[in-house]
Amino acid sequence: MAENEKEILENLGEQEYKYGFTSAIETETLGKGLSEEVVRQISAKKGEPDWMTQRRVAAYRHWLTLEPPTWAHLRIPQIDFQDIIYYAAPKARKTLGSMDEVDPELKRTFDRLGIPLEEQMALAGVAVDAVMDSVSVKTTFKETLAEKGIIFCSISEALRDHPDLVKKYLGSVVPYTDNFYAALNAAVFSDGSFCYIPKGVRCPMELSTYFRINAAGTGQFERTLIVADEGAYVSYLEGCTAPQRDENQLHAAVVEIVVERDAEVKYSTVQNWYPGDKEGRGGIYNFVTKRGLCRENARLSWTQVETGSAITWKYPSCILAGDNSVGEFYSVAMTNNYQQADTGTKMIHIGRNTRSRIVSKGISAGQSENSYRGLVRVAKGAEHARNYSQCDSLLIGDKCGAHTFPVIDSRNRTAVVEHEATTSKISDDQLFYCNQRGLSTEDAVGLIVNGYAREVLAKLPMEFAVEAQKLLALQLEGTVG
Amino acid sequence: MENNMLSVKNLHATVEGKEILRGINLEVKAGEVHAIMGPNGSGKSTLASVLAGNEKFTVTEGSVEFLGHDLLSMSIEDRARLGLFLGFQYPVEIPGVTMANFMKLAVNEQRKYRGEEPLSAAEFLRLMKEKSAVVELSSKLTARAVNEGFSGGEKKKNEIFQMAMLDPKLAILDETDSGLDIDALRIVATGVTKLHTAENATVVITHYQRLLDYIVPDVVHVLYKGRIIYTGDKTLALKLEREGYDWLINEYDR
Repeated sequence: MAENEKEILENLGEQEYKYGFTSAIETETLGKGLSEEVVRQISAKKGEPDWMTQRRVAAYRHWLTLEPPTWAHLRIPQIDFQDIIYYAAPKARKTLGSMDEVDPELKRTFDRLGIPLEEQMALAGVAVDAVMDSVSVKTTFKETLAEKGIIFCSISEALRDHPDLVKKYLGSVVPYTDNFYAALNAAVFSDGSFCYIPKGVRCPMELSTYFRINAAGTGQFERTLIVADEGAYVSYLEGCTAPQRDENQLHAAVVEIVVERDAEVKYSTVQNWYPGDKEGRGGIYNFVTKRGLCRENARLSWTQVETGSAITWKYPSCILAGDNSVGEFYSVAMTNNYQQADTGTKMIHIGRNTRSRIVSKGISAGQSENSYRGLVRVAKGAEHARNYSQCDSLLIGDKCGAHTFPVIDSRNRTAVVEHEATTSKISDDQLFYCNQRGLSTEDAVGLIVNGYAREVLAKLPMEFAVEAQKLLALQLEGTVG
Repeated sequence: MENNMLSVKNLHATVEGKEILRGINLEVKAGEVHAIMGPNGSGKSTLASVLAGNEKFTVTEGSVEFLGHDLLSMSIEDRARLGLFLGFQYPVEIPGVTMANFMKLAVNEQRKYRGEEPLSAAEFLRLMKEKSAVVELSSKLTARAVNEGFSGGEKKKNEIFQMAMLDPKLAILDETDSGLDIDALRIVATGVTKLHTAENATVVITHYQRLLDYIVPDVVHVLYKGRIIYTGDKTLALKLEREGYDWLINEYDR
């Protein structure tokens, strides 16, 4: 029996390897640079319908008329958009034989984050067990979802299998005219996720485990579209606490969410892309456009824990179009060394009795720059709209910066908009107190930072909250003392 | 080894170049309670801070031995883990960190230092419940963030609760009685007395005799201008209460 099992596993391993080998040969890459021809080729390679190709081309032509935005509090090196490869067939990842072959540094991080072994193996690309495991997880997962009529697949699959839904919703919340990076994404997006929850259906699980395992392979121009039809509910989790590396320095993702009448979507992100080294060399430039549209009585909640990337430019927003709709934004953004983050949200109140809540917790350490940028706009007809914003900054050390750029634009006299902001430091007295109780300085900093971010972390799905806590502590190692 | 727990010899310490401690000598044995009294600015709190390892202060001379260890060469956290506890005069707030979480880390760090296994969640909760009774601390407080929104009395009770949790060899209580009303004072002082055994020692820093009605000291020291200028038994505290420090200070300054 044991012999037999071993044989099966060995075969499986070999198959995996062969598969990897074959696809490596077949990998097709378009050359560097961007042109209308490249955009058409991307669409053709993906076998997209004509209307999709036309949209990509239109987005590309519009992109040509735009300049990269410079209003953020970021020092962005000149990006040569002709020096980027815009299409590469998914790279076959090198499959490792066992956990022993995994980079010890990565393994150490996994352990300290408390990521279950099966997931560690899947994330690190270990063959056999993990593959079997994730296949079975995927299968049961898909079956459960299919029973409810939930569609959860890649955008490419969705374009093939559900073109009408994609055509109806893609670009409806973030049109390609929105901004420079949204236009670029609309022209060249490689793939991403599509999720549709039918009327009245409550998604029975966090769309997380599956996604986590697959998250490691996501590309640089990712496109996500989530539609919660009337009365539906879904909690969606993007990203991963495990450190993620990518050869591509520029990332420009777009996430669109449509929350129909009486529906609710919770979107949680843990972003831990490579932040560059201690001297600020390398690291991902992350320019993301995220926005949701809420119809009547709908509710959209963004929760983000941003710890990675050299540059983060990201403002998950809510358009509160329907009466009584609710938008929420909970954010922890941590920067260390030479990282820069300019992040926040926009709450656009259009419907009556719309409510929004913003809780932003910035943590800056090292020589980093961390900015909150927010817009609360109350349109003329948004009777009795309410907003509450709280923006806190925590500084660690004396070489970092924390900035807050809140904009309030209220055009309705019945609206109530509140804004609170604080800036604090981890005090020597707090550290001494913790040390005196037997805590090391690193543990103390982790504890204080987690306490500071608790309100936001509490919004994350349970198992992720625990990992995110450890992640914050881990990222701050060596910042004090 | 003798039953000498703490041995301070000729301790000098400065803050921002200013000498605050100017040659402290102090011997504390297991089972003893010492009271350190003295006028404002005499260096009482500095002595507590220096023994705990606060890096605001620089030790310029002298030695301190604690349970056979060279205390001054140890980190703040190792001093704590070895069994030195400081009850703070002004306990700081740590927003968002629950007392339970804070204490769990502290207790387990101490256990790790001694080579013991961490407590299970159930064992820890039992310990919390048992020890919060020592100072009549409401279990609601242990669910709240460390000292956040605590009243003055609650903060001091919370210090003694932590002392109970960590079961130190040597507790230095820095003006634990300041800002307490009569009831809170009784609860805090009774708590300290309950925790006192033949194996541990307590150093009480105070302005007032009233605390010493509950915590009866074996030895009373008077600190003045960074030196211990007089040492007596518990009757000294009563005399100071009646007559003030002038008679001692005048003699010393002359």
